[in-house]
Amino acid sequence: MATAQSRSAARLMMTPAVVLLLGWMLVPLIMTLYFSFKRYLPLRGGDLGWVGFENYVRFVTSSAFWPSVQTTLIIVGGVLVITICLGVLLAILLDQPMWGQGIVRILVIAPFFVMPTVSALVWKNMFMDPINGLFAHLWKFFGAEPIQWLSQASLPSLVMIVSWQWLPFATLILLTAIQSLDSEQLEAAEMDGAPALKRFWYIILPHLSRAITIVVLIQTIFLLAIFAEIFVTTGGAFGTKTLSYLIFQRVLESQNIGLGSAGGVYAIILANILAMFLMRIVGKNLD
Amino acid sequence: MNTTIRALLGATALTATAMAASADNLTIATVNNGDMIRMQGLTDDFTAKTGHTVEWVTLEENVLRQRVTTDISTKGGAFDIMTIGMYETPIWGANGWLVPLDDLSEEYNVDDILPAMAGGLSHDGTLYAAPFYGESSMIMYRTDLMEKAGMEMPDAPTWSFIREAAAAMTDRDAEINGICLRGKAGWGEGGAFITAMSNSFGARWFDMDWNAQFDTQPWKDTLEFYVGMMNESGPAGFATNGFNENLSLFQQGKCGMWIDATVAASFVTNPNDSTVADSVGFALAPDNGLGKRSNWLWAWALAIPAGTQKEAAAKEFIEWATSTGYIELVASKEGWANVPPGARTSLYENPEYQKVPFAQKTLDSILSADPNNSTVEPSPYVGVQFAAIPEFAGIATEVSQEFSAVYAGQQSIDEALEKAQAITNDAMEAAGYR
Amino acid sequence: MARSVTTQRKTINTVLAWAVGLLIFFPILWTILTSFKTEAQAINDPPIWFFFDWTLENYSVVQERSNYMKFLWNSVIIAGGSTVLGVIIAIPAAWSMAFVPSKRTKDILLWMLSTKMLPAVGVLYPIYLLFIKLGLLDSRFGLVIVLMLINLPIIVWMLYTYFREIPGEILEAARMDGATLKEEIIYVLTPMAIPGIASTLLLNVILAWNEAFWTLNLTAANAAPLTAFIASYSSPEGLFYAKLSAASVMAIAPILIMGWFSQKQLVRGLTFGAVK
Repeated sequence: MATAQSRSAARLMMTPAVVLLLGWMLVPLIMTLYFSFKRYLPLRGGDLGWVGFENYVRFVTSSAFWPSVQTTLIIVGGVLVITICLGVLLAILLDQPMWGQGIVRILVIAPFFVMPTVSALVWKNMFMDPINGLFAHLWKFFGAEPIQWLSQASLPSLVMIVSWQWLPFATLILLTAIQSLDSEQLEAAEMDGAPALKRFWYIILPHLSRAITIVVLIQTIFLLAIFAEIFVTTGGAFGTKTLSYLIFQRVLESQNIGLGSAGGVYAIILANILAMFLMRIVGKNLD
Repeated sequence: MNTTIRALLGATALTATAMAASADNLTIATVNNGDMIRMQGLTDDFTAKTGHTVEWVTLEENVLRQRVTTDISTKGGAFDIMTIGMYETPIWGANGWLVPLDDLSEEYNVDDILPAMAGGLSHDGTLYAAPFYGESSMIMYRTDLMEKAGMEMPDAPTWSFIREAAAAMTDRDAEINGICLRGKAGWGEGGAFITAMSNSFGARWFDMDWNAQFDTQPWKDTLEFYVGMMNESGPAGFATNGFNENLSLFQQGKCGMWIDATVAASFVTNPNDSTVADSVGFALAPDNGLGKRSNWLWAWALAIPAGTQKEAAAKEFIEWATSTGYIELVASKEGWANVPPGARTSLYENPEYQKVPFAQKTLDSILSADPNNSTVEPSPYVGVQFAAIPEFAGIATEVSQEFSAVYAGQQSIDEALEKAQAITNDAMEAAGYR
Repeated sequence: MARSVTTQRKTINTVLAWAVGLLIFFPILWTILTSFKTEAQAINDPPIWFFFDWTLENYSVVQERSNYMKFLWNSVIIAGGSTVLGVIIAIPAAWSMAFVPSKRTKDILLWMLSTKMLPAVGVLYPIYLLFIKLGLLDSRFGLVIVLMLINLPIIVWMLYTYFREIPGEILEAARMDGATLKEEIIYVLTPMAIPGIASTLLLNVILAWNEAFWTLNLTAANAAPLTAFIASYSSPEGLFYAKLSAASVMAIAPILIMGWFSQKQLVRGLTFGAVK
């Protein structure tokens, strides 16, 4: 159907978006690369000359580097597993007939509208505070010693906060997918006497695979960049330093732009490795 | 009737433009501390006096630091006045990023600024920021609990007394912790406390050749004492407690003693916020018999970034906000206990202010801290609870994170000190000191 | 044929779903409740649930301290502006990808998404310097541009998936009738894609509204949105739970209300092409 003319028109129409994004990618990328080979310390007078790969070596040999990669992967992985598992269950539940379905749906998606900063502040102070937090009251009510969430269980706490924020997104997408499921197929299976677990495994789950892929892809992109949640709750202490938080420390707290930029390049590489990995799965699943 | 309205409108427009010619609109970045919020509420007084208007950018301390540092090091010019501390001022002043405050008016009386504050906010003898309020740290304790424990707080206690008193005051069933101290990661939080404390144990950050000193015995002693005492008598979760957390614990009556910023004295004795307002006593921060106490020195100060178009108006604002006139204005509205403390000598000579229970101890604490000579062994840096070099904030934040992990029971003191040593030496090497 | 459901099963579903829904919503509910308490009640042990003297004091304190309407207006302009601009730029791109696909279409889409993986902190300095050069610091326009660029990949992808579900024959027919490309997009394609465009708009307004890194670091007094508003309440001196709650409610209320009114649209529309 595509003629040569419509092809060139199409190319023309794609141009603004492509050019803008190319610029948005290339300008910071080139500047980051440039800084990463420099000794650039704003508090010591700025640009202090070229240093070759020194920043790269220093960043990667720092004792904080590998733990930060590990933390990043744990947070991303943990949140993905939780949001997808709970998201599938919630989506199935919300798809069932019930009274007040609209209101329940509103309640479930509400956390998605809460700014990360606000949600981190609320969780940290009003729930996880070991003395005045609601959890501490709850634990004391049952006669247990309150947990010091953000120091003793820092990573699980963070994963929990972030999962709470992203669960609605996963649920929404999975719910849309479930609603498109052919209900006759399910009923046929039900009449054939297939137990609920089998119906779920052989009919619902395969149908959701595309939606799950989408959730994984989109959430990974956002989760790699989480920042406010860590900044507000632990400030990077207690093993919660992700790669992007480590870069933040190098750039803003240590004011070492060169070192931070080298870290930025590593983060881009890591993100792209993850992306390639994801794209391979997604690519298969998208068409 | 129509014409009258039009005439009126015209007249207003005229005055508005006339004002605009001489009046500037200042953008001021500041911390969300109580004294600054009070200042925001009183801005109208400044506008009435000078015609300049003010836009406030009020941010939480950590966000503020990151925001103003980015802006000043890139010469962004987003702010006309920045609220900065004793750590940033000499470094930025040395870089030529701040407007020298060497031509303030006669009536402002620069010499009235407490010498310790003026010294810490200067570089090479030039003042670069005017102190809005200054602080040291001291012990705030519950007189009723002290009495119940059958002990008496000396004016200048030692650490071993404090530990003993803390254990005696602790009553876990009544949710009373003998002592509350900062443990939160961050160079300005737990990092500041442990550094000031380590001074009294004979520790220092660097030797004269900028080698990190975390492998020395005094640091180990400091941490062992701190962790031991906090486990005996500290609140649960002290590893995440900073100034604010401890303040609210103390106000709720859950701490026997609290060693922290002298400005907190007015919060814990304010009956509106504090349930223990009438039973708080004060004492100098403890020592260990080595000749150095464990109190720090800090000021929140107003500075003008070099290159602002509104330098004159900005200076007018600084003169207004850090003047004795401003102190009197606050006193007349909120009482003497709530004026910004620690900046001016005349405040402590004021008989009205001398009646405030914590005034004398605050002054004594400030006077006993010496940024140029803060450690038992000689050190190459200026600053009591910090070292005024650009790299310090980054290093100390990472080091204090290692310490906080010790407080939370996640690693041993030896492990933390080993990591601290490596982090510090590595960063100092990157910065070209070693 | 509708599935026949017993009342018993429906009751179980209802109870279960409401319990889960309330559990998930609880942190927000608790924040709202706390915002109407005094500071002392906010930390009362044991916690007070509903029976306290409801007070608006915290809201008036917050309003007195900061000009809420200004922050709100900036948020509206920045979130709305960046989304609308993004959609305008994305529609032609998504159209051509959906209807004139080439071998590289999928690669281009995935490449666009990958631009979102650049860690924001790493490029703060370059972008800040660029903003100073261009005079965009602390301007709403600058933030509209940045947030538009951040969300553009998502917008293009969402629109692409909606457009692809529109049968090509209808466009062919319009072309036969002599419609030009422009007419085809405006009169045929867009009306059919309105539900998709609407949910794209909604999702991206939410994402832009909640963006807290660039909006905080590139603004001062003029363009600061609600993310900066909340940064001044995050850990002040003394007791602050009630005031923090009031400020939090003020920061999230507008977008929450918008979300509630449009939840049907969101539930129907958020597919990202997940549904064939």
